[in-house]
Amino acid sequence: MTMNRNVLYFGIMAVLLIIVGQFQSWNLSLSILNLCLISAIMALGVNIQWGYAGLFNVGIMGFAALGGLAAVLISMPPVPAAWAAGGGGVLLSALAGAATIVGCIVAYAKLPKGGIRTAIIVAIGVIGFFIMRGIFVPATDAIESVDAAKTGYLGGLGLPVILAWPVGGLLAGGVAWVIGKITLGLRSDYLAIATLGISEIIVAVMKNEDWMTRGVKNVNGLSRPVPYEIDLQQALWFQNLCETLGQDVVTFSSIFVKLCYAGLFLIVLLAIFWLSERALKSPWGRMMRAIRDNEISANAMGKNVTARHLQVFVLGSMVVGIAGAMLTTLDGQLTPASYQPLRFTFLIWVMVIVGGSGNNMGAVLGGFVVWFFWVEAEPIGIWLMDTLTSGMAEDSGLRAHLLDSAAHMRLMTMGVILLLVLRFSPRGLLPEKTGHH
Amino acid sequence: MELLNALILMANFVLVPALAYGSQLALGALGVTLIYGILRFSNFAHGDTMAFGTMAVILFTWWFQSMGINLGPLPTALLALPFGIAICAGFVLATDKLVYKFYRQQRAAPVIYVIASVGVMFVLNGIVRFIIGPDDQAFADGERFIVRARSFKEWTGLEEGLTIKVSQGITVITAVLVVAALFWFLNRTRTGKSMRAFSDNEDLALLSGINPDKVVMVTWIIAAALATIAGTLYGLDKSFKPFTYFQLLLPIFAAAIVGGLGNPLGAIAGGYVIAFSEIMVTYAYKKFVGYLAPGDWSPDSLLQLLGTNYKFSVSFVILLLVLLLRPTGLFKGKSV
Repeated sequence: MTMNRNVLYFGIMAVLLIIVGQFQSWNLSLSILNLCLISAIMALGVNIQWGYAGLFNVGIMGFAALGGLAAVLISMPPVPAAWAAGGGGVLLSALAGAATIVGCIVAYAKLPKGGIRTAIIVAIGVIGFFIMRGIFVPATDAIESVDAAKTGYLGGLGLPVILAWPVGGLLAGGVAWVIGKITLGLRSDYLAIATLGISEIIVAVMKNEDWMTRGVKNVNGLSRPVPYEIDLQQALWFQNLCETLGQDVVTFSSIFVKLCYAGLFLIVLLAIFWLSERALKSPWGRMMRAIRDNEISANAMGKNVTARHLQVFVLGSMVVGIAGAMLTTLDGQLTPASYQPLRFTFLIWVMVIVGGSGNNMGAVLGGFVVWFFWVEAEPIGIWLMDTLTSGMAEDSGLRAHLLDSAAHMRLMTMGVILLLVLRFSPRGLLPEKTGHH
Repeated sequence: MELLNALILMANFVLVPALAYGSQLALGALGVTLIYGILRFSNFAHGDTMAFGTMAVILFTWWFQSMGINLGPLPTALLALPFGIAICAGFVLATDKLVYKFYRQQRAAPVIYVIASVGVMFVLNGIVRFIIGPDDQAFADGERFIVRARSFKEWTGLEEGLTIKVSQGITVITAVLVVAALFWFLNRTRTGKSMRAFSDNEDLALLSGINPDKVVMVTWIIAAALATIAGTLYGLDKSFKPFTYFQLLLPIFAAAIVGGLGNPLGAIAGGYVIAFSEIMVTYAYKKFVGYLAPGDWSPDSLLQLLGTNYKFSVSFVILLLVLLLRPTGLFKGKSV
């Protein structure tokens, strides 16, 4: 029965994509497919946290942004002049910062409890902070003044961009570990609040630290894991291929590139999906669900609830980080201003809840369905508004206002969908399989 | 003389703005903490409830302005405030009936409420942007200053001027009045007492015949009133932009948690702690040190701990420190 449902829903999804391909364009259809694949991976990551363990992460945006940061740090060529100007200073200030934190922790652990200890910790913190900033500010100023229009940042390592995907996962996992270490084990609300905060801060850092990410000036021209259209158009084998297929070279080159991306993304999605399913069906997965369904009895059975939560939170965030890096790779550029909570946190949540929390297949389906309608909602919404207001005069102020506001209807629609599914069908399109294995 | 100048400088750029901002945060955090105490979840929609209430106030203000009604030196928004509160309360009660009531009857886990409140947050977000748009809206009118920098300088003969905006004065006075009224209500009236009883021990309160529906309703109305007042004051003091109100969520949560979730007194203290830390950490002390240092020496750098772009990270760091060291907050809040 569930098998049939899977086939049915994914079949409908395929038909929808084919319809878009036939009636709008194959290019559009494939770019929707690529983002569906990335969304599905993000949804898998959130499903690991929410579906397996019941953890509410409101900071998906931040972890995806860390993945994007990894793409820049790994793949962009280094800027030697900037490194010469301030690279050492940045490293030194990072060292000073680390030393300050270690000093505070050592003081906290070694000194006897009391007012003196607090005073010493505060003193170490403040002095360390000033030393760090004293080195940091001149160094970053120097970096940012190196050919500011083109670079003005340190650049990356100049490695293949594919490497950024696992690195993005590691970055996201590291941040998740710190947040989880502090907030897990306390009330569930605290994790939500802390993740909301950290994601806002990560994006603020990426917008403002020009020496690292060029801030709002964006980093363009990330290298690609797939061929460029222009090279394909000039390659003889490709021209021959087009001729055999009877396709236009220019159009087909961009379709070909998108297919290459789709292939890569599909491999990652299948790998992560396979691993998640294996984990869920293993004793570890059963333990996680036992903890989710009844923390107290799981604890009584000797399971370390907080440690398992931390583990699953880090794993889920890593998957989101990988997807974030893939997204930036696909875009070919890092635009910190594009990280909006609606698009990167909330939409993913809707995917998981609509798809079916706890079921990996459901999360993937949610990623596909919700992304598809997210993209297609705009033409539909504008068309709807246009039809509704067609009776009004061309220059009517109300009509202009309504047409302008169509974009905001997305926020509301997504909120309403989430509330409706949560209320009336909390198990989603593809419910979790609970039964005896 | 130098010392006086330094003190006035601090008063002008730190004390007065932080007092006003702290009062706004305290009112916001009071709403969050009340909902937490009675309904037992962190309401992520609170920031957008503030935006919604403020939007209602702005629309009424514009309507009054167009009819030529005003309060003379005071902003017209004060006149519109009761109407805004009424609309906001009506909306919030409707969301309770449509969304939260179901989960209360199901006795759902707290995290489900939180997710539902995120859903409500986005619906509100959409409604506010749909009606008034995502841009800045100015709605302050009347006198702008209580004390002007120039007249202050002439009056005292000091180099530094002190500016106190009307919005800042109104904020502090309103906050004091509202907090006094709230505490009177919670401690003296029958409904207020039943709310506290409900917050302390729900089962015992139900057993002694307290009507839970009434408690919940009154809580939502108070929370809506607090949100609208806080939002309007913030909008008068700075400006109204829907996205800023969403961002206020973090300092408000931080204030409520620092004070101890569920503890009204703590929420007020937390609001001021967050506001003062935020402004003191992002203030550039160059001139201040210049006054205090002997002779004409003044430091080369700005002496600013953090850029203003990172002001939200201040509340976040405080939040993490409190969760690390004292998860129940400075004043004892509800269970961790």
